[in-house]
Amino acid sequence: MDAPLIGKSVKRKEDYRFLTGGGRFTDDVTAPGQAHAFFLRSPHAHARIRSMDLERARSAPGVVAVFSGDDLAQAKVGGLPCGWLITGVDGKPMKEPPYPPLAQGKVRYVGDRVAVVIADTLNQAKDAAELIEVDYEVLPAVVKAAGARAPGAPVVHDMAPDNTCYVWALGDKGAVEAAFKSAHHVTTLEFINNRLIPNAIEPRAAVASYSAGDDAYTLYVTSQNPHVERLLMTAFVLGLPEHKVRVIAPDVGGGFGSKIYLYGEEVVLTWASRRINRPVKWTAERIESFQSDAHGRDHVTKAELALDKSGKFLAMRVTTTANMGAYLSTFASCIPTILYATLLAGQYTTPAIYCEVTAVFTHTAPVDAYRGAGRPEATYVVERLVETAARELGIDRAEIRRRNFIKAFPYQTPVALCYDTGDYDATLTDALKLADVAGFDARRKEAEKRGKLRGLGLSTYIEACGIAPSNVAGALGARAGLYEAGEVRVHPTGTVTVFTGSHAHGQGHETTFAQVVADRLGLPIENVDIVHGDTGRILFGMGTYGSRSIAVGGTAIVKALDKIVAKGKKIAAHLLEAAETDIEYDRGTFKVAGTDKKKSVAEVAFAAYVPHNYPLDKLEPGLNESAFYDPANFTFPAGSHICEVEIDPATGHTRIVNFTAVDDFGKVINPMIVEGQVHGGLAQGIGQALLEGCVYDPQSGQLLTATYMDYAMPRADDLPSFKVGTRETPCTHNPLGVKGCGEAGAIGAPAAVINAVVDALAPLGVRDVEMPATPERVWRAIQSAKSKK
Amino acid sequence: MDISISMTVNGKAVAATLDPRTLLVQLLREHLRLTGTHVGCDTGQCGACTVHVNGRAVKSCNVLAAQVQGAKVVTIEGIAADGELHPMQAAFRDHHGLQCGFCTPGIVMNAIDLVKQHPNPSEETVRAGLEGNFCRCTGYHNIVKAVLAGAAAMRR
Repeated sequence: MDAPLIGKSVKRKEDYRFLTGGGRFTDDVTAPGQAHAFFLRSPHAHARIRSMDLERARSAPGVVAVFSGDDLAQAKVGGLPCGWLITGVDGKPMKEPPYPPLAQGKVRYVGDRVAVVIADTLNQAKDAAELIEVDYEVLPAVVKAAGARAPGAPVVHDMAPDNTCYVWALGDKGAVEAAFKSAHHVTTLEFINNRLIPNAIEPRAAVASYSAGDDAYTLYVTSQNPHVERLLMTAFVLGLPEHKVRVIAPDVGGGFGSKIYLYGEEVVLTWASRRINRPVKWTAERIESFQSDAHGRDHVTKAELALDKSGKFLAMRVTTTANMGAYLSTFASCIPTILYATLLAGQYTTPAIYCEVTAVFTHTAPVDAYRGAGRPEATYVVERLVETAARELGIDRAEIRRRNFIKAFPYQTPVALCYDTGDYDATLTDALKLADVAGFDARRKEAEKRGKLRGLGLSTYIEACGIAPSNVAGALGARAGLYEAGEVRVHPTGTVTVFTGSHAHGQGHETTFAQVVADRLGLPIENVDIVHGDTGRILFGMGTYGSRSIAVGGTAIVKALDKIVAKGKKIAAHLLEAAETDIEYDRGTFKVAGTDKKKSVAEVAFAAYVPHNYPLDKLEPGLNESAFYDPANFTFPAGSHICEVEIDPATGHTRIVNFTAVDDFGKVINPMIVEGQVHGGLAQGIGQALLEGCVYDPQSGQLLTATYMDYAMPRADDLPSFKVGTRETPCTHNPLGVKGCGEAGAIGAPAAVINAVVDALAPLGVRDVEMPATPERVWRAIQSAKSKK
Repeated sequence: MDISISMTVNGKAVAATLDPRTLLVQLLREHLRLTGTHVGCDTGQCGACTVHVNGRAVKSCNVLAAQVQGAKVVTIEGIAADGELHPMQAAFRDHHGLQCGFCTPGIVMNAIDLVKQHPNPSEETVRAGLEGNFCRCTGYHNIVKAVLAGAAAMRR
């Protein structure tokens, strides 16, 4: 038996196909006879559709069909559902306005789908779309969260005349107010968590086919969770029998949250494929991605931290307005609530926390989960407050954190979560060492000599992954289960195919999951293949989001493996003529205890499929087991991120000179892949802090950052190489001891970067810089501070 | 209306009759079914469509097929020899320089050209040279490592 595969940086099984052009992405799929769809989108943020003339487009060359929202309404196609019901402080359910796949009566954001043109070629569809005449009555628009509830603000939906989806709160308000009254010091900050556009490099795409012979549909789609896509689409929108729809999410080129949701395009394509009795394909152009992929973040927040003399946190009070955009996307409502306010304890023993969240509608693209989803926003609140408080009280930034760290586990926070395990002091100590914080003062002085302002910032974050258990989530408003499914099929010759409800779109599950399985079954990793992303092959699945795949999906596979081993023991006992209780199993070998009599997994599998010498009276043939796993709790990864920046005061340009992340993800299966996940998350977190920001024109509601020339994506020369480390405090409630690593970088980084920028500028009197801290903003902060002096 | 063009793609002679507005990337993906070359944007920024035209890295979404009449075009499908990965491809695998794999073909093709121009590049040169390619997954950390390692392997 070889050394264990778990914990090894095994090279990825999926890389060969991606490196040789053999990946199979949705846009690579060509269905025989396929037509092409083009979506006509609203050029206005808010307008009434007085009339629409589709006839010229319908008779244009090559056009197969043109459909509008009215056609869908006539066909009784439903609206896109929201998967999480939030109940407000008034005890009433959130406002859920209709979200038609194609606009009906009104358009509510630039990019809102107005009509679909289907033609033999894409160029014909585009040409015909130009012949559609829409008579718009342009109406005033509101795009910013801050002004959405102001008296007289343009109304997005008549059912919510104050543009309010819900006002929701968590925590003990009375206890917080009492603590603030007795506080020695209160630190207050107001900030905007900037709106981001996810920008997976693969644009969204779909290919839908209908087979009249068996009345069945096949949809290829860029999805992170094909089963959820199918469930929502069949049960809520199209009213189709679920078993007649196969959803395949093949290779998917990045998701970051934006491909979790059910979008109008794939619904329209699926419906239309039957109407035209022909396959139909759509691939977003990048401008459509900017306009219509669900955006992320977009909070306006006031946050206060009450402290005693020694720097102990007494209470925290947070008021947030969250922008939902024009419609409620699939999980929009739970992001600024369940995944945000519950994280405000951070790594600290703050005894009282109160958070009130007002979710508003605006004339902008829907906002939903984007890498981190609520947790980066929470971390930003907590870690900006903590660092600012440390400066105001003259306490070292690491020391103030240590004084408040949670040290005993399990720990029940005042905001609903119960952390199972962690060692925050250890990750901080490691990070301080790896970042050489001891040498920072000397580096700062040296930078000063070169006329540069150098700053250092910390961020010690907590994350909650794998929302669970389902019944608790259900009580909080979830309208879906939050388990995962897995199936392990041991073939007669002892090779294995694993079917998982998790979906990989860059995470490397084909390798990581295979490591777990090969390790447990004592097989070479080449003999284990992982299948994901196909409702026709996989029993069920909730998909990949919230860093849940290894903790929930991986555990479902382990549960199935346990069943394989249990059955294998029975078979081995028969083959070895021993009592089942005497069979010991260790990584691929069934052995009679205390003897050298043994059988391999392959031998047992062969006996199971060729059951000549087999207890057929007691046991079914075959070796194929499945499991559903519903976790007992969230997992709680945590870590310490340290950013060091250098700012050119003449230009305001910020350069990251060092970035260090030490994270505790519990047990690590593949360190190489985990480090890669951290790197990618950091890039997105740094992008949010320094570069990226979605801008809508406040008057016209036009999306001003709708191309890569206007939206600043991090490029290779914007980023440093990172220093990363891990600590392993195993999760206590799953068998692998794993926690999840996908979002950590994006969660911890923004606060670390801005803390570093503010640290660099603090000697000038700067207290805050808004994200993204562009050269212009930094330069203005410097000038404004200078003029005050 | 249609025009006739011919060229070599991955060493094979190719002739096609096309709508004149057909882009090189459309010719590769839709007519020749070489789907390893990807389209990630429509403004020439993301670099996912990068291929080699007469040995130089070119964004194939910014070139009409008609413009490469008679040229030698090489795509990601054409750089491994007999199943043996090109040293740059191997370096990306060895250094985990890819995650979702969508930007990867374009980055590998650009990296090979970059190393031809700068056989012994510094990290700074690599980062500047990758300026025309977006990766949203890796944070570029391992891509930079892979290109440096790929450059060393290509020197051997």
